Amino acid sequence: MVNITIDGKNISVAEGVTILEAAKSAGINIPTLCYWKGLNEVGACRVCVVEVEGLKKLPAACNTPVEEGMVIKTNSKAVREARKANVQLILSEHDCQCPTCVRSGNCSLQKVAENLNIIDIPYEKNIPENKFSKTFPLNRTDSKCIKCMRCIQMCEKQACSIWDLVNTGSRSTVGLARDLSLETSDCALCGQCITHCPVGALTERDDTQKVIDALNDPDKIVIAQIAPSIRTAWGEAFGLSPEEATVERLASALHIMGFDYVFDTNFSADLTIMEEGSEFLERLAHKDESKFPMFTSCCPGWVRFVKSHYPEFTDNLSTAKSPQQMFGAIAKSYYADILKTDPSNIYCVSIMPCLAKKHECAIPAMNDACGDSDVDVVLTTREVDRLIKSEFIDPSSIEDRELDMPLGIGSGAGNIFGATGGVMEAALRSAYFLVTGTNPDPDAFKSVRGTDGWKESSFDINGTTLKVAVANGLGNADKLLRAIKKGEAEYDFVEIMACPGGCVGGGGQPIHDNVEMAPERAPVLYDQDAKSTLRFSHENPSITAVYADYLGKPLSEKSHHLLHTDHHTWKMPNE
Amino acid sequence: MSRLSNDTISMAQETVEELYKDIERSIRSSQPGLCPVDLAASFIHLSHARSCGKCTPCRVGLGRLEDLMNSVLDGKATMRDLDEIERTADSIFRSADCAIGSEAARMAIKAVKGFRDDFEEHIKNGRCKLSGFKSVPCVAKCPAHVDIPGYIALINAGRYDDAVKLIRKDNPFPATCGMICEHPCEEYCRRTMIDDAINIRGLKRYAVEHESEIKAPACAESTGKRIAIIGGGPSGLTAAYYLSIMGHDCTVYEQRDKLGGMLRYGIPSYRLPRELLDKEIEGLKLTGFQTITNISVGTDITMDKLRADYDAVYISIGAHTDNKLGIEGEDAQGVVSAVEMLRGIGDGQMPDFTGLDIVVVGGGNVAMDVARSAVRLGAKTVRIAYRRRKADMTALAEEVEGAVADGCEILELNAPTKIEKTDDGKVAALWVQPQIVGEVKWGRPAPVNADAPEVRLACDKVLVAIGQGIVSGHFADNGIPVNRRKIATNEQGAFEGIEGVFSGGDCVSGPATVIKAIAAGKVAAANIDEYLGFNHEITSGVELPPVRLSDREPMGRVNMTERPASERTKDFNLMEYPMTDQEACQESGRCLQCDHFGCGRMKGGREYKW
Repeated sequence: MVNITIDGKNISVAEGVTILEAAKSAGINIPTLCYWKGLNEVGACRVCVVEVEGLKKLPAACNTPVEEGMVIKTNSKAVREARKANVQLILSEHDCQCPTCVRSGNCSLQKVAENLNIIDIPYEKNIPENKFSKTFPLNRTDSKCIKCMRCIQMCEKQACSIWDLVNTGSRSTVGLARDLSLETSDCALCGQCITHCPVGALTERDDTQKVIDALNDPDKIVIAQIAPSIRTAWGEAFGLSPEEATVERLASALHIMGFDYVFDTNFSADLTIMEEGSEFLERLAHKDESKFPMFTSCCPGWVRFVKSHYPEFTDNLSTAKSPQQMFGAIAKSYYADILKTDPSNIYCVSIMPCLAKKHECAIPAMNDACGDSDVDVVLTTREVDRLIKSEFIDPSSIEDRELDMPLGIGSGAGNIFGATGGVMEAALRSAYFLVTGTNPDPDAFKSVRGTDGWKESSFDINGTTLKVAVANGLGNADKLLRAIKKGEAEYDFVEIMACPGGCVGGGGQPIHDNVEMAPERAPVLYDQDAKSTLRFSHENPSITAVYADYLGKPLSEKSHHLLHTDHHTWKMPNE
Repeated sequence: MSRLSNDTISMAQETVEELYKDIERSIRSSQPGLCPVDLAASFIHLSHARSCGKCTPCRVGLGRLEDLMNSVLDGKATMRDLDEIERTADSIFRSADCAIGSEAARMAIKAVKGFRDDFEEHIKNGRCKLSGFKSVPCVAKCPAHVDIPGYIALINAGRYDDAVKLIRKDNPFPATCGMICEHPCEEYCRRTMIDDAINIRGLKRYAVEHESEIKAPACAESTGKRIAIIGGGPSGLTAAYYLSIMGHDCTVYEQRDKLGGMLRYGIPSYRLPRELLDKEIEGLKLTGFQTITNISVGTDITMDKLRADYDAVYISIGAHTDNKLGIEGEDAQGVVSAVEMLRGIGDGQMPDFTGLDIVVVGGGNVAMDVARSAVRLGAKTVRIAYRRRKADMTALAEEVEGAVADGCEILELNAPTKIEKTDDGKVAALWVQPQIVGEVKWGRPAPVNADAPEVRLACDKVLVAIGQGIVSGHFADNGIPVNRRKIATNEQGAFEGIEGVFSGGDCVSGPATVIKAIAAGKVAAANIDEYLGFNHEITSGVELPPVRLSDREPMGRVNMTERPASERTKDFNLMEYPMTDQEACQESGRCLQCDHFGCGRMKGGREYKW
């Protein structure tokens, strides 16, 4: 332990902790801006500076460890002035378009300026020019960037390193490390740079107007699918707990907005299990002709990553489409038949925690149902929250509404798709049934749960040992692929989700500064699964029906046409 | 009224003079990887501030030049603006009345010529082409990328064993480098901005001198791969050391009696004591590599045989042959090449120069080495004839000063023309043609013959130190690419289309420094390991002490001191005194810890493994 004095308080803290942490433990809050614990402790903004007795220079509290006998002042004249000046300097290069900024009210710069009682900026404004296009699913607004460096760090952690500190001197900024545009970069579109951005410099492409236009079009039947992880997070913007902000409440809000039908991506997650699980068993039966391990394909961020960074593993990806795309294909074929309508009248909106899904729905080959895009538009959780607000709907005061049928029912297995390990667990539950004809204990495969970056397990199914791995976060995926490539790791089946913790931590989810939300959101999905009466994808009655009435069986010709894809029909820029 | 007054310097001017010194130091320690266009624009701005304002080209033109450069930097310029920069700079250069304007314009012209592609990248793609911004200047500048802030922090914490262990992660010759490294690391040391560079070499020496014992590093499991290393100098031994740690079976083929290469056969022991070199090499051998001495590849064994017998071959034969003066009388008895003389000394054969008059030809470090050795061998007089000025010598300034202090005389601006022989073929004198310093060519003023008669320098021996060559014939005959006797590898130390052969050190670069040779050995070890299908990692396992906080107040640099010339010239014992504990503590405390402060923090600050 180390004895220090902070603002006159004598405290004892563990050796090696930072001044920031030590102060916090004494109930003293030091403002921060660029800091993100464990990710970005670079002391770039110089807002968290403090005074240490005996020193004229003010060290950053976020990355300076305490020393025995240190006497620290967090509110001296020099500290107050330096903090204020630094925030004012940052503001002089920040395009304060707060009323029209998607981060207004959830902006770390706004908050720190307000907290420091900054009511004017003594400097001339020098706003950088915006150089990025707004067409890619990931948007960057140079005029709002405060060069906190978090995106650079996060992108490096995600093994992509698209972003870097470019130029030097007065023109130093965050820019593309290698490429000339985001469109031509290897960006996986995980969106983690957005959820770690303290301001509105990084955002998703706003597609809300497209949805409003569709809702205004009397000829369109506007349907929505809601991804599993949305139900853990969409209410955060309204101060609602997941228990209050249920998927049914969201369905209700969407109906109020004018959606004709609201469905559940959990349904198509179950469908994914049927197809992907069957594909896996098929690969196992023809081991010599198949590539192993088989990789899950439901995360388009991961698919983009593997295609650009490890193209030699592209054929290891399951050919099964993601649940989003399966839903779109079924909606514009099977469901159009049910509605007895021309599928092109259906406008398919997808509510996802994700940016890569925005790219995925626009892949030209994802048009198997009727020739139009199977999914017309993808909204992130944040966009859907903004839509609800703009409709002046108060989610706390509206009634829940059941999802529509038949595509509005999903199993608990489909529900856990939103968390790392969930796809693997759901697949194993049904694979066990498909092999043995009996259901396993639904919790038999729970060892694949949890937020560890790279987990592995072995299971015995009918005398066959399956070696599986689950990774979340592309940095872990990168390590895992490298190990497989070098022959240091060998698996039969691998699930990968690009975002830390899986879709619950997705790049399209609500933003909370300095908090990784996945560990808080994932338990919601597992609770719902545990309470569900339907815990196996193959027992979903709507799944049974869609096979009986339309598809025939998993991997049938029709299934292949609608629910599988060739990952080579499109290329990543540098593939 | 008085007619005249004495000049006094105003407070403002005095401060400006100080600021000049500050900016001079600041510029001197600029790290590599900065945007060259931005720097050029800033230099034009600085020049403009110094314009007296009388003449149009300078007063107005420099401003427009800067505007144009800024528009390039802002991504608003076109390729036509680049032509405009050149045109404007050219007319300022030609029409400015004094040097303030024309020299500023010359910088602009030089900039566009020197990094036109950077200008174009800004114009076409709105960004800087720069790459290789290095956050820690000393590490960036060290060819072997030794973790300098890391080991200095360890020295400051009194953890000398760990400090040396950390150095050995990248450089297995800490004792040698502590004595004789040319310390390029100090060149960009950010501390220069405040006062002066850290004495990095001195601190390294201090750490090594306080190491308890050299322990055998843990070697990886044997890979069964065999590697032949041709040449037991610093590069070859570095490769052997790391490859052995990686678990490969290495054999070093050395043509001389002992290992060490130029460390033994080129550097006199008063700079690098033999017992210290021997101990260092014994330490390296703890990793288990084999050595075969007195075997010459090309004579005793062929390259083909080595390639057949081994999985990989590393050629690190150094540059050990002497360059000739090419003047009349060079065949006289008593004309000795520096290489030959230092090689003899390396093997312990000390020539007796007692009472002789010696002339050394050359201006590099080797010339200083032979001159100072000659003093120690009893020479009556030692003169160093050099065709350029003393200021243009390639030898380190401290070596030149040391030679002078040792009693050598420098005869600058004297180009050798012939060697006069006695009747029995011995050296009688060296004739030199006095020179006058002339135009600057390739960054150095070239000498030309002065209107003066040749001068006779009577002497008993002429020691020739004008560079070394490489004996690469056998390798060329065996298909290894050779360019002007240098072995021509790619940047990875390998050859396109020649499997399993690598090369590095002086035989590739031409005569260079020990740290460059070590760096080449490190590169070769990594790439040979990878070529053999492995990815062994070299780590130190050393945890670093916490960062120290400091106000960075100016504090003088601790320089190394030497035994008095009158004493040190009597023997070949080490002439440099070590740093004291007090000095090492103060000096290590001056380190700015660029691994933590500044960009180092963000970019990781260090490579924990390679």
